[in-house]
Amino acid sequence: MKELQYPFDGAYLMKKKRSIKKALLSDGSERVEKKIAILGGSTTGDIADMLEIFLLDSGIKPKLWQSEYNAYWQDAMFGNEQLDEFAPDIIFIHTSNRNITEKLAPDMTKEQADEALQRQVQHFTMMWEKLRERFGCVIIQNNFEPPLYRLLGNRDAYDHRGMTNFITRLNQRFYEYAAEHDDFYINDINYLAASYGLEKWSAPLYWYMYKYALCTEAIPTLSFSVANIIKAILGKNKKALALDLDNTLWGGVVGDDGVEGIAVGEETPVAQGYREFQTYLKQLKSMGVMLTVCSKNDEENALAGLNHPDGVLRPDDFVCIKANWEPKDLNVAQTAKELNILPESIVFVDDNPAEREIVSKQLHISAPEIGSVEDYIRVIDRSGFFEVTQLSKDDLQRNDMYIANAKRAQQQASFENYGDYLKSLEMTAYIGDFQPVYLQRITQLTNKSNQFNVTTKRYTQAQMQEVFESKNYIRLFGRLTDKFGDNGVVSVVIGEKKEKELHIDLWLMSCRVLKRDMEFAMLDVLVKKCREQGIDKIVGYYCPTAKNKMVKELFGSFGFEKISEDESGNTVWELNVSAYENKCGYIEIQQI
Amino acid sequence: MLDKKEIYERLNKVFRDVFDDEEITVKPETVADDIEDWDSMMHITLVGAVEDEFGVRFKMGEVSTMKNVGEMAEIIASRAK
Repeated sequence: MKELQYPFDGAYLMKKKRSIKKALLSDGSERVEKKIAILGGSTTGDIADMLEIFLLDSGIKPKLWQSEYNAYWQDAMFGNEQLDEFAPDIIFIHTSNRNITEKLAPDMTKEQADEALQRQVQHFTMMWEKLRERFGCVIIQNNFEPPLYRLLGNRDAYDHRGMTNFITRLNQRFYEYAAEHDDFYINDINYLAASYGLEKWSAPLYWYMYKYALCTEAIPTLSFSVANIIKAILGKNKKALALDLDNTLWGGVVGDDGVEGIAVGEETPVAQGYREFQTYLKQLKSMGVMLTVCSKNDEENALAGLNHPDGVLRPDDFVCIKANWEPKDLNVAQTAKELNILPESIVFVDDNPAEREIVSKQLHISAPEIGSVEDYIRVIDRSGFFEVTQLSKDDLQRNDMYIANAKRAQQQASFENYGDYLKSLEMTAYIGDFQPVYLQRITQLTNKSNQFNVTTKRYTQAQMQEVFESKNYIRLFGRLTDKFGDNGVVSVVIGEKKEKELHIDLWLMSCRVLKRDMEFAMLDVLVKKCREQGIDKIVGYYCPTAKNKMVKELFGSFGFEKISEDESGNTVWELNVSAYENKCGYIEIQQI
Repeated sequence: MLDKKEIYERLNKVFRDVFDDEEITVKPETVADDIEDWDSMMHITLVGAVEDEFGVRFKMGEVSTMKNVGEMAEIIASRAK
C-alpha cells in the first residue's frame, strides 16, 4: 500500500490505522502467519497496531500478544502462562531509557559506574537467556535512545558519571551480545530517535500522559523498523534494483546532451549528488543487492553514459541492462524472468512519477517516491528493502554468480540440444549431511526460497540447530559448481525418519540453478542414504502457496506415486526405495 | 479565528477517520461514553489526530481535564490560526 511506503506520514497513519488495516485484510493477498509477542517496558498498544499494519502490507499476518504494562521483565524472568501458551515465534522487547534501573551519582568512582553498568547489562542478559531457554525463538531488542537531558552538558558523553556515557556503553554491551548470539537482533532506536529528532521523539508529555516512551506520531517509524527486521528474517527482503538512467543515475538526458553533457562527478553540486548516489548503489551491490538497468534509451547511449569517466558504476556492475523503448513494466518483468526471481523482489527506481505509477500498478512492486537527487539515498536506505539480519558469504558473491549465469545463458543459445548444453557446463555437485559452516546459509535458504519449495517450511537458526543435532533426520545440502563458477549452497532436503519411512519436511532449491538436473542429483543421494539406513519408503508432501506452483508435480517427476490430494490441493506422494534407479545424468556427484 | 461551525465539521471528519465510522456526528456535549470504541487507547490516537488536523498542541493539563468535545473545540478556537 502506497501510504505505508517510506517516507510515510506518521500522523496520518495513526489516524487512519483502523481503515488501513481493514483495507489490507480485505485485499485477498496470501500471507504467512507468525506469532509475535511484544514485551513492553512502556505502553505498546499503538506500537502493536502499527506493527500489524506494516507486516500485513509485506505478506505477513501476525498474531500479536502484549505483556501487561511494564511487565516485560517479570513475564520473561518468572514466566507467564498466557505467554507460554501463545508460544511466540518472535519476541520483541520494547524498552527505552525509561527502563534503566541504575542511578548515577556525581560522586561515583569509575569502578562504581562500571559495577552499575554490569548490573544493568545483567538485568537484560538474564532475561534474554531465560527467553531463549523457554521459547528458543527470535528475539528483537531495542537499544537505548540518548537521554533527554545531560546533567554534565557535553561532558555527559565521555564522563563515567554521565547518563549519555552510560547509555553508550550499555548499548555497546547489547551489540556484543547480539554479535555472539544467533536469532538475536537489535532494533536501533538510538538511530531512529536521532534521525527523527530526539526532542520530538522523547517529548515527555507522552510518558506522563500515556506512559509511551516516544511521541505517538513517531510510533509508525518505530514499528516500521521492527517490521523491517521481521521481514528480513522471514526472507521478504528485496533482491534487486531496476534503475532508470537519465536523471536517476546522472543528471540530464544522455541521448540529447551527449556523454559530456550529463551531470555526474565532482564538477557541480548536482553532479556530486549523482556521483554519491552511484557510490551508494555500488555499496549496495557489494552487499549482494543486484543492480539492473531499466531505461528508455538506445543501448549505445546507455552504455556510453555508464562509461562516463567521473561515474562510479560501470556496465559490468549490472547483472542485466535493459535499454530500449519498450514499456518499463515489460522490461522489469523480463529482468525478473532472466534472473529467476519474483518481480516483487525488485525495487523500481525512477525519477519519473508516471513511470513509477505504471510499473508499480502493473507488477505490484515497490517504486519509492525518491524525490530529487539529494533525497535518493535517504529514501532507498530508510525504506528497509535490504535490511541486513545476516550477511552470508553467499550474499557477497551473489552478483558474480548472476553474471556467471548470464554467461551460461549465452552458451545455452549456442547448443541445439539442451542435454549437450548441460554436459558442456561440466557440473559437479557436492552433496552431503549438513555441516556447521553452512548452517547459516541453509537456514537463510529455508526462509528465502518461495518458488522451488514443496512445503515452504521456515526455520529459525535455533530450530535448524535442533534438526542438525537430532538423529531422527536425514539431511542433505547441495552445492553446485560448473565451469563458470561456484553457485554455492543451492539445495536443501530434510526428511524425518519414522521407522522404515522417511517423511520429507523440506525440499527446496534456489531458482538460480533451475533446469540443471540438480534436483535429481539430490534425489539420487537421498535414496542412497535411505538404503544405507534401512528406509524403504519416502513420503513426499506438496503444500501449495501462491508461489510454488513449479514444484506441484516435482515428486511425480521423481517417480513418486500420488497417494492423496485434499480440497486445498495438498498432495501426498510415496516412493518405493528399492525400485528406484538413479536419475541424474549430467552432474558428477561428489558425496561429502 | 476559526468559526465554530468549521471546527465541528473538521472534528467530525477526524472522528470518522479515527473510528472508521461514517455515522459519527459530534456535538459539544459528546463524551467518550457516546462512541463505542472510544477507550483510553483510542483517546490517544484521537488527541493526536485532532492536534494534527488543527495544527495545535494541547497542554498536558488540558488533555486530562477535557470533559467533552465542546471543551476540546473551545481550546481549538482559542489557539488555532
